[in-house]
Amino acid sequence: MHAIRSALKRSSILRGGRIARALLSSQYAYMLEYRAEIALWALSGVLPLIMLAVWQGSPGAAATGLSAQGLTRYFLAAFVVRQFSVVWLIYVFEEDTLQGKLSPQLLQPLQPLWRYLAAHVAEQFTRLPFVALMLLALALFQPGMLWWPTPSQLVLAVLAIQLAFILRFLLQSVVAMLCFWSERAGALDRLLLIPYLFLSGLVAPLESYPAPIHAFAQWTPFPSMLAFPAALLAGEPVEISLGFLRLGLWCGLLWPLVVVLWRAGIRRYSAMGA
Amino acid sequence: MLSRLQRYGRSLVCFWSTSLEAELEYQLNLAVELLSVLGNLAGSLLVLSLLAGPSRQLGGWSWNSALVVLGVYTLLDGFTSCVLQPNLSRIVSHVQNGTLDFVLLKPIDSQFWLSTRSFSPWGLPGMVAGLVLMGWGVAHGDHQPTAEALLIAALLLLSGALILYSLWFLLAGLSIWFVKIWNATEVLRYTLVAGRYPITAYPPGLRVLFTVVLPVVFLTTVPAEALLGRASVQWVAGSLATATLSLIGTRAFWQVALRHYTSASS
Repeated sequence: MHAIRSALKRSSILRGGRIARALLSSQYAYMLEYRAEIALWALSGVLPLIMLAVWQGSPGAAATGLSAQGLTRYFLAAFVVRQFSVVWLIYVFEEDTLQGKLSPQLLQPLQPLWRYLAAHVAEQFTRLPFVALMLLALALFQPGMLWWPTPSQLVLAVLAIQLAFILRFLLQSVVAMLCFWSERAGALDRLLLIPYLFLSGLVAPLESYPAPIHAFAQWTPFPSMLAFPAALLAGEPVEISLGFLRLGLWCGLLWPLVVVLWRAGIRRYSAMGA
Repeated sequence: MLSRLQRYGRSLVCFWSTSLEAELEYQLNLAVELLSVLGNLAGSLLVLSLLAGPSRQLGGWSWNSALVVLGVYTLLDGFTSCVLQPNLSRIVSHVQNGTLDFVLLKPIDSQFWLSTRSFSPWGLPGMVAGLVLMGWGVAHGDHQPTAEALLIAALLLLSGALILYSLWFLLAGLSIWFVKIWNATEVLRYTLVAGRYPITAYPPGLRVLFTVVLPVVFLTTVPAEALLGRASVQWVAGSLATATLSLIGTRAFWQVALRHYTSASS
């Protein structure tokens, strides 16, 4: 009995592995086809670099006591984190539910969200060379701007970036599930973007915020999405275990919510356009 | 000529009234937009105050004059949501699905149709917020603007809007060659964020980039200077010339693009 169960378990792991490989390789091929678009997308992530340029010459930076090197490293790290935690789930999901493209996916013995997740991961791989090129251009333009994180920093930072990506994916999934109830759930993404922009540390280091706003931000999931991985990558002193705990807690909170919303939503789904 | 203009005017009224009717179906969007404008405004003001620091100035611009720049940015961002985004971001799907064929068959200029077909009222709160911010900044500034300064500022704003339109149209039109630059226009939205701050807040290298390559300076800084009564002949001439050239450029670009258009699945 025990042997059968463990054999079953092994075969289901094998099946999961096969599905993951098939999904990732097909999505990667698809993304490669649209590499021009992805290059443009990578270019659209320059916001932290623009903010770096403004901060460097601003009187505010000196007043908050941020060192020039610390500022540069923070924003460069934020640039990298942003590049590898891009999520556009709401846009595709809204279109797929409105046009009934979700219907054929529902017939397959696979939760459709996995397919979207695979598309995002494949896009990150396609994006990798473009980001490397942009960083190389920066290094040529201003040598000494880049730095090598220590191996342990790098491993922790990559882990934090991936968790931040999953957190963003889950948060967008929650909003995307509302597409089952409203035709314009995509508009809600605009609302979600605002706290992400101003509370995650994308446009200003959180330390420069007035204390009450800084404290408030720490109670939201947004600093975990950017400021924490960026600080890790930049080699700033951070509370590593607390940061990962926050990431884990937020993911653990949102995951069941997505599952519940999916189950309720799929009953309402009327396959418009079918 | 006059009858042609009348025909286009009538079409425009028709286009916009039908899209207004369609958009007003989604009244909840108004709440979402109002919230998003307020949130954006609060966030932008906070970041500006952080950047300005205790000295309350940024790149040689006083707090109130930096507010005018932010106001012009907000106004143009609202204009983008009203007219540019609903129209130009659709060119991509027209090319991808082959529905551009139907547009080309209509007895109306295709660039006109693609640029004006839709109107989204959801950018209006942003435009109002921008105007209020500009008014606030000017009213609390050192001196009141003359009627002449206001006129020049309006002209420069118009030319800024035209430059913005050309940039959008150029990027959206590239989809004829690249078929799927899905939301490539979003790139512009993110890089144009640079216009939130006066050009002198940037290091010299970027100032050149934002003047010559991506003319952000003409979008926000130049109109703001005119409003504050600091317009200089060179910058006014530069803005008008850039607007004219970019408009002619989009026209020529669209004609070349259409010659390369091979319709979907062919």
